Amino acid sequence: MAADRSALPIPGPERPFTFPDIRRRTLGNGLRVWTVEHRRVPLVSVIVLVPAGGSADPPDRPGLAAISADMLDEGCGDLSALDVHDALGRIGAHLDTDVGYDSTLIGLTVLARFLDRGLALLADIVTRPRLEQREFDRVRDLRVNRLLQLRDLPPAVADRVFAQLLYQNHPYGHLPIGTERALRAVTLRDVMTFHRRVFAPGHATLIAVGDATHDELTAAAERAFRAWTAAKETEPLPDPDAFPAAAPPVSRRVLVHRADAAQSELRIGHVALSRRTPDYHALLVLNMILGGQFVSRVNMNLREQKGYTYGARTAFDFRRAPGPFVLQASVQSNATAEAAEEAIAEIAAIRGERPVQPHELALGRAALTRGYPRSFETAEQVARSAAQLALYGLPDDYFTTFVPTVLKLTPEDITRAAAQHLDPERLVTVIVGDRERVPGEVMLVMDSP
Amino acid sequence: MDIPFTAHTLANGLDVLVHEDHAVPIVAVNVWYHVGSKNEVPGRTGFAHLFEHLMFEGSQHYDRGYFHPLQEAGAALNGSTNADRTNYWEVVPSGALELALWMESDRMGYLLPALTDAKFENQRDVVLNERRQNYENRPYGLAGMAIVSALYPPDHPYHWLTIGEPDDLRAARLDDVRAFFKTYYGPANASLALAGDIDAAQGIALAEQYFAEIDGAPAPPPVNVPALSSNGEETRLLLEDRVELPRLYLAWHSPALFAEEDAELDLLAELLGSGKTSRLYRALVYEQRVATEIAAAQNSRELGSFFQIVATAAPGRTLVEVERAIADEMRQIYESGPTAAEMERCLAQAEAHFVYRLQTVGGFGGKSDQLNAYNVFLGEPGYFRRDLARYREATAERLQRAARQFLAGGRRVAVSVVPRGRIALALPDSSPAVVA
Repeated sequence: MAADRSALPIPGPERPFTFPDIRRRTLGNGLRVWTVEHRRVPLVSVIVLVPAGGSADPPDRPGLAAISADMLDEGCGDLSALDVHDALGRIGAHLDTDVGYDSTLIGLTVLARFLDRGLALLADIVTRPRLEQREFDRVRDLRVNRLLQLRDLPPAVADRVFAQLLYQNHPYGHLPIGTERALRAVTLRDVMTFHRRVFAPGHATLIAVGDATHDELTAAAERAFRAWTAAKETEPLPDPDAFPAAAPPVSRRVLVHRADAAQSELRIGHVALSRRTPDYHALLVLNMILGGQFVSRVNMNLREQKGYTYGARTAFDFRRAPGPFVLQASVQSNATAEAAEEAIAEIAAIRGERPVQPHELALGRAALTRGYPRSFETAEQVARSAAQLALYGLPDDYFTTFVPTVLKLTPEDITRAAAQHLDPERLVTVIVGDRERVPGEVMLVMDSP
Repeated sequence: MDIPFTAHTLANGLDVLVHEDHAVPIVAVNVWYHVGSKNEVPGRTGFAHLFEHLMFEGSQHYDRGYFHPLQEAGAALNGSTNADRTNYWEVVPSGALELALWMESDRMGYLLPALTDAKFENQRDVVLNERRQNYENRPYGLAGMAIVSALYPPDHPYHWLTIGEPDDLRAARLDDVRAFFKTYYGPANASLALAGDIDAAQGIALAEQYFAEIDGAPAPPPVNVPALSSNGEETRLLLEDRVELPRLYLAWHSPALFAEEDAELDLLAELLGSGKTSRLYRALVYEQRVATEIAAAQNSRELGSFFQIVATAAPGRTLVEVERAIADEMRQIYESGPTAAEMERCLAQAEAHFVYRLQTVGGFGGKSDQLNAYNVFLGEPGYFRRDLARYREATAERLQRAARQFLAGGRRVAVSVVPRGRIALALPDSSPAVVA
């Protein structure tokens, strides 16, 4: 039978997919242990989540959460910094530390047959870091060096200036990696205090996903973590729900000068919404249509029609407190002004001038719903998804209700969400590029740091 | 541990491989064409990659872009080009498998009728912007070009990077696209792997249905590979860049992908540069603090690989100090070989990496991509186990021997990247590299 090329095949019905069943337990010390059986490949992924990241940095110590997380595996329990990594290497384990604005994730992926050994090491790392001066001095130098290098990386410069402009002194006004000045001032005592305050069993959730039963995973977690106790009399964790609103930006158009830059790095956006917004699903669909995938309006315009860039995209960065909406692209220098104008025009138009069309809605919804099972293929993906539930306090049935909730949305819902939550008047534009090659009015020019 | 598969070759020469994995209702479609920048000629570099972009711009029977119907069906998709091959993949919900096969087969069979000057000009602009973004405007972004142009003579197919030279990209014409497609994109020069929630017999029947009608083409011309001079003086180059810290790149010729001692050098790279207990990290970053970051890699490629060590100097330290510290560690490897503990660690890590590779059916590095890699480079899609055996059989003595032969005894290229205006920070006797 030859192919019929007169029309595209119509996709058949979606096959049922069972979302991971999460079993939840709480150990005697208050540690929440969530387990998922995921028995495809003989390995286990474990995540320890604590709900404190860059936004928990004291105002004069941006970067403290990140360097504290970095110190966890620099010697712990009976093991020196090198011993820890030797032990991880001997079982082929993969350790991953991820410091976001509102959370720190310590992840470990290990062959299932080494689960106990891996969890014992993870418990040492999370609960018994040695926090020694000699290692701290070295780690701090390495982080300062990294920040030095980031001065020359246009996306990193753009991200930093964009966060500063949008949030200023707000806890989201600096990147989790912090600043050179703050890192030079931070002390080992700061790290010790931060660790005692944040890494307590009552704050943490351990998520274990992999090739073992719920009982086996829970028992292994309990063996490794039951001795963990909270330090007494620590300051409570900051509550993002209580963060004040960010003050209006002091400037709406900023250029960071980079002489002879081959391209201009663009960030355009404003403070938007928190993860708990009731419009969460509508905004995900809106983003898919506006700039969240290849065929979105922004990418088709700036890349596929104009050829100004290798790619342009938008995102709502949902956090515990309102995070930013941002459009980002790296565009050829002589098209910077046109690219920024086009981008802003796309953001404005989707609010009503060019409302969401039914075929766009179908495309935006389908990308989220039909592609959804793909996000649950590996143990680590499942663990990270479960961590989102823990961090944002989402309901137990969140995964199973996701697709039906998205499918209920109408074009009008999306256009309304755009009109309500995107505001062209408030958009801030950051350009990292050569000021000689970027025409147009720029209110503030900064030198590259 | 394995990737079981069913294989079938169509009459037109297209290899079809199907691997069943029903855990998630998705199927990966993965197509490799055995063509890359090694098939380009001087004056037309960057062409294979520019061509890859055009494969996403529509074909005769669906000429409204490649992404739209697939993303509407819930697919993830992408493609990539390197020196040796070009790959394309979709991961679709099981019910959309036929759509993905229709789209892949239409661009394999019917790309040229839909090709226009406007698409070509647009994608050339996109690629020039890709080059600016990922090479020209990125710290240390031009070092890779300096290394390969010094390692390989000008007429060697690895003398240039896949992204190509801007002047060559601007010189490319639509006729070049047509000729390239006819020469390299025939079914006999391709391999199709399907992996996931699919029945093997049904997968092969569907491949017949969509791909059998595509005409075969003569085998592409062989790649001319000039001999390399493995002996001779070290080449020292320098690049000035907008960076804060100087960085040293060292590179040596090494055995080709899957050749004898390729796995040994891959393991050597692991124990030299991966993780805090690795030799070079421990000596240069942890103990002496002469460097702030370190990496080592065996860059395995079809016609011959290169082994590379990269180190960024710590503030106030020079590349001469960095080079000396690396040389001290390498001398110990040449003289005494790896320790038993190092071997245990790097073999455990290699073994675990093979397990980690079994987690995804599609995308870059997924099981479908691995089947095609083994098939295209070796003609043995079932090579997974033997690939793992290459690592299991490695010993400290074999690593030491490979290090002596290819690193101690081979010609070395050293590229110093220094902050603009600070040429004195480069290794002595370095001459300026010429890169676009």
